[in-house]
Amino acid sequence: MLHWLTEPIHFEFMRNSLIIGVFVGILCPVIGTYLIVQRMALLGDVMAHAVLPGVAVAFFLRVEILVGAFTSGIISAFLIAWLRSQTRVKVDAAMALIFSSFFALGVLLITLLRNKLDLHSFLFGDILGVTMTDVWRTGIITIAVLLLVKLFYKELLFYTFDRLGAQAIGLPVDWIYLGFMAAVTLTIIASMQAVGIVLVVSLLVGPAITAYLLVKELHQMMGLGAVLGVISSISGMYISYYYNLPSGPSIVLVSCSLFILALLFSPSQGLLTRPGTMGGRTSWILQQLQNQKRNN
Amino acid sequence: MLEIQHLSVSYRGVQALQNISFNLPSSIVAGLIGPNGAGKSTLLKAILGLIPVQQGQIKYRGATLKQQQRQVAYVPQRSQIDWDYPITVWNVVMMARTPHAGWFRSPSRMSGEIVKEALQRVEMFDLRHRQIGELSGGQQQRVFLAKALAQQADLFLLDEPLTAVDKKTEALVSEIYTELKSQGKTLLVSCHEWGEALQHYDRLLLLDRELIASGSPDCVMTPENIQRAYGTSWHRRRFHEPLETGFYC
Repeated sequence: MLHWLTEPIHFEFMRNSLIIGVFVGILCPVIGTYLIVQRMALLGDVMAHAVLPGVAVAFFLRVEILVGAFTSGIISAFLIAWLRSQTRVKVDAAMALIFSSFFALGVLLITLLRNKLDLHSFLFGDILGVTMTDVWRTGIITIAVLLLVKLFYKELLFYTFDRLGAQAIGLPVDWIYLGFMAAVTLTIIASMQAVGIVLVVSLLVGPAITAYLLVKELHQMMGLGAVLGVISSISGMYISYYYNLPSGPSIVLVSCSLFILALLFSPSQGLLTRPGTMGGRTSWILQQLQNQKRNN
Repeated sequence: MLEIQHLSVSYRGVQALQNISFNLPSSIVAGLIGPNGAGKSTLLKAILGLIPVQQGQIKYRGATLKQQQRQVAYVPQRSQIDWDYPITVWNVVMMARTPHAGWFRSPSRMSGEIVKEALQRVEMFDLRHRQIGELSGGQQQRVFLAKALAQQADLFLLDEPLTAVDKKTEALVSEIYTELKSQGKTLLVSCHEWGEALQHYDRLLLLDRELIASGSPDCVMTPENIQRAYGTSWHRRRFHEPLETGFYC
C-alpha cells in the first residue's frame, strides 16, 4: 500500500503536479464558495474562456502569460458588469455573449498571430507537463488570494450576502466587485495548467457545492471545500497515474463523485438521509430501536 | 430631521417617483403606504443612495446621507435575501458592526455585547447558532430587525418588515418601534397592512409615484385619497378585503 502511494512521488513531474494540485485544490473552492452563494457559479466558466485572447497576445509578444490573461479577464468582467447595470440585458445573457465572443476572439488571434500555443493543453490542462516556474506561479497566486480573502473576509461576507445592504452601510461595493473579479481571474490562471479552462469551473464549484450540502457557515464551506478539493486533486492524479487516464477529467470526476455522495448522504440535505424521506425515516426507526435496546 | 425636497427618480426609463417632498422629525414612526408599484421601495432606496436620483435633495440633520451612512439602518424586503445562504443568526447581526470594526480588523468585544443585546431584545438569542434558512418568516424578520438595532443608527428605513410574520413578531416589532421612538430615532417603514394596524404609525405617507397625502392616519386614509391612490373606493375596498389577499398597499 505504502509503495503504491510513494511510487509516483519518485518522478519529478508527479511531484510538481501534486504540489500544483494541492494549491489549486485549496484555492478554487475558497473562491468558488463566493461564486456559488452569489448564484454566479457560471461566471467561473465565463472568466476561464475570456482569458484566451489575453493569453494569445501575451504568447505572441513574449510577455508573462499571467499579465495577458489577467487583463483579458478583467476587461470581460467589466463588460459584463456594464451590460448588466446600464441596459436591460440580464446577467446570464450578458455572460453567455461575452464568454463566447472572447473565446472566439482568442481562437482567431491564435490563428492570426501564428502562435505555437497548444490550444488543446490550454483547453484541457496539462498538469503532467508543469515546470518549477508553474509551481511557483501557482503557489504565489494561491497565497496572495488566500491572504486577501482573510483580510477582507467580513466585507466579502456582507457583500455576497446582501449587496444592497452593504452599499447602504457605505461599503465600496464597486471596488469589492472589481477586487473579487481579480481574485477569480487569478484563480483561473493558477488552475489553467491543472485542469484546463473547460474544466476549471468544476474545481471552482464541485468541492464547494459538496461542502454547501454539509455545513451552515460560509467559512466552514470554504474549509471543507478546500479539504475536498485537495482530496479530489490528489486522488484524481493517482487514478490518472495508475490507470493511464487524462488527469484533468480524473480530478473533475472524483470531485463530482464526492458531490453525489454528499447529495445522497448529507445529514440535513441528503436525498436518502434528510428528515422526512424514506431513508431518513428508516434511519430514525433504527436509531429508536437501538435506544430501546440500550434502555432494556 | 430627514428632509426630502422635490425628489424625482426615473428607473430604467420609467418615471418611478415624481416631485416628492416631506420632512420627518426625530421621535417618529412614519408609515409609507401605497399600491403595488407605487414606488415605496424605490423611495427608500433613493434615500439610501442605492439608485441614482434624477432631481431633488435628500438631507439628514442638514447633511447628505452619503456623509453619515453609518447612521442609517436599512432592513431590505425579504425577497431580496437568499435565505439559503450559509450563515447563522449571530453572524447576520454581526454584519451591522462591519463599519464600526474598520478594515482588516475583527469586531471588538463591545460589538459582541451589542449583538447579544440586540438578539435578546428580539428574543432570538437562543437561536443564534441556527442557519437563517431554518427559521420561520417572523423569526427571520426579527433577525434583520436585530441587525438594524445592532448598527446603533438614528434613522431606520424598513422595507415591509411585517411581511409573512406571526402575531408574536408583530407585537414585538410594535414594542421596539415605541422604544426607538422614545430614544429620539426616526423610523420610515414601508408597509402593506391595512385598517387598524395603521393606527400604530404617527404619520402616514400615501404614495402613488407622487405623494398623495401625508399626515395622521385618519387624515390620510380618507375615501378621496384612497380613490386617488388605489382607484377603488374605501367601501368597496373594505367589503372585498378578505378576498383580495394579493392587494397590498
